[in-house]
Amino acid sequence: MAENVLNKEMIKPENLVYTKTKVLTDNVMHYCPGCGHSTTHRVIAEVVEELGIQSEVLGVAPVGCSVFMYNYMDFDMQEAAHGRAPAVATGIKRLWPDKYVFSYQGDGDLAAIGTAETIHACNRGENIVMFFINNGIYGMTGGQMAPTTLEGMKSSTTPYGRDWMQMGHPLKITELVASLPGTYYVTRQAVHTPAYVRKLKRAVRKAFEYQPKKKGVSFIEVVSNCNSGWKMTPVQSIKWLDENMLDFYPLGDIKVPED
Amino acid sequence: MAEEYKLMKGNEAIAEAAIRAGTDGYFGYPITPQSEVMEYLTAAKPHETTGMIVLQAESEVASINMLYGGAGAGKKVMTSSSSPGISLMQEGISYIAGAELPCLIVNVQRGGPGLGTIQPGQADYFQATKGGGHGDYRLIVLAPASVQEMADFVSLSFDLAFKYRNPVMILSDGAIGQMMEKVKFKEQVPRMTEFPDWATTGKNPDRERNIITSLDLDPARHERFNLKLQRKYKEVQEKEVLFEEYMCDDAEYVLVAFGTSARICQKSVEMAREEGIKAGLFRPITLWPFPSKELESLTSHVKGMLSVEMNSGQMVEDVRLAVHDNIKVGHYGRMGGIIPAPDEIVEALKKQIIGD
Repeated sequence: MAENVLNKEMIKPENLVYTKTKVLTDNVMHYCPGCGHSTTHRVIAEVVEELGIQSEVLGVAPVGCSVFMYNYMDFDMQEAAHGRAPAVATGIKRLWPDKYVFSYQGDGDLAAIGTAETIHACNRGENIVMFFINNGIYGMTGGQMAPTTLEGMKSSTTPYGRDWMQMGHPLKITELVASLPGTYYVTRQAVHTPAYVRKLKRAVRKAFEYQPKKKGVSFIEVVSNCNSGWKMTPVQSIKWLDENMLDFYPLGDIKVPED
Repeated sequence: MAEEYKLMKGNEAIAEAAIRAGTDGYFGYPITPQSEVMEYLTAAKPHETTGMIVLQAESEVASINMLYGGAGAGKKVMTSSSSPGISLMQEGISYIAGAELPCLIVNVQRGGPGLGTIQPGQADYFQATKGGGHGDYRLIVLAPASVQEMADFVSLSFDLAFKYRNPVMILSDGAIGQMMEKVKFKEQVPRMTEFPDWATTGKNPDRERNIITSLDLDPARHERFNLKLQRKYKEVQEKEVLFEEYMCDDAEYVLVAFGTSARICQKSVEMAREEGIKAGLFRPITLWPFPSKELESLTSHVKGMLSVEMNSGQMVEDVRLAVHDNIKVGHYGRMGGIIPAPDEIVEALKKQIIGD
């Protein structure tokens, strides 16, 4: 009883420090506790609300853990085939050039099966935002090696660690697309600490604000964790990310608009 | 004022008809023998007149997924390709059918399998009419036999696609795509200004968000969805069958053929008639839905049928299913890009069907 009284006393408008954005639906997210997808979704939804573009934004969900992104975002979305989100987004944006269009993909989707669509959407300078969630693994199918899996990193298809002699090198596709003239803004962010979340939000806001300028792709990589796929607790996975992922995938802007 | 006839290739006619039909977007990738479609469209600069977008994609895989995006966003979109390119699109076509999106896919067929040949073929009949990609779905498939029909079927395809929220395929071939004939176009139709209520056009405050997807992990719900698709296909079968008969009224023997083969068979019928054989031609225009009932009704007076195709025998299976075992059914086919000559067909009819 005492707890309830306390809550009632606390729940007053003047005590409100945070509220869930209306651009997120009330559907319970299916993501594993500790996963970076849910935070990234929230950040995108908050930016959409703050910019007042809920009726103007059209999103494209991938195949992978975030396949159900459309269940959580309260705006129009399309679910693409594996790897094809940039092509789907291209079709939408070319036909609705004044809408805000984005694609959202994981590393297997964007940097393995969809590499061609990624490179060419970037090279054509499509006026879209491309989100790239990099957790170094195929999460949904159970933790297989991704193109971004670090050397020596264990996965269910590299149980003894990724050996580049056999499996090639981890792919820095973000640096690759930054080298293309069709990209306007390219940045690598993270979501595993509050400070990083705030930085990501600033980047997401910039990316959407750039879109009406029609200067090309804004590309945001989010280095994230996959505690289930990495076979770690959420806390362990965040520590592992911090100690291992960021050396190879350093955070910060890679390409900043000059005008 | 009635417009003049123009002399054009079938591929060019498709392109011009697409602009006139008020198409919003064309996404394609070059492949012989249909590259004239995109060449004509880029030269015509429809963006400056109707506002139609034309984009050369990095692959057929990308173009079909651009179609998915554009169709999901409520726009009138199309692509064209030829056999190997259509194979690459099959995943995307399945997704489009699964998400119930309207669009037009033109297949100007060449011979296969594999890289095959750049010469005409009709060996994609199975792929076009039996699904093509994974899962239980159907395309509405139209088979033009002239440059005029290449043009006319564009707006017909879009009408059907939007009526049923289903992808439509024009199944042509390299002969009709490349040959020049006179063609008369319809008046220019303006591009759409109102969009389907299911499309992703931006969530207004007065409606729920729209989602385009083919995914549903709930077995009961997903089965219900599949049953709904099947009801739609049944309705298409009941209402949208198109075919043409030539001298079938008194015919004792009927050639069944579509597209280029049907044009040749018309000559074969005339040659057979000159020899005193009462021959006719039945031409399915919709390959799916297949005109099974109409074909079956001919068995009241027809003694035998020969399915003439530029393949090893694909449509003949549907002919047999239509007429059951009531009459004799045979197949005559050429492959490798070879187009049969009218006299070969008459000989095959005599040998296989009429007998001694």
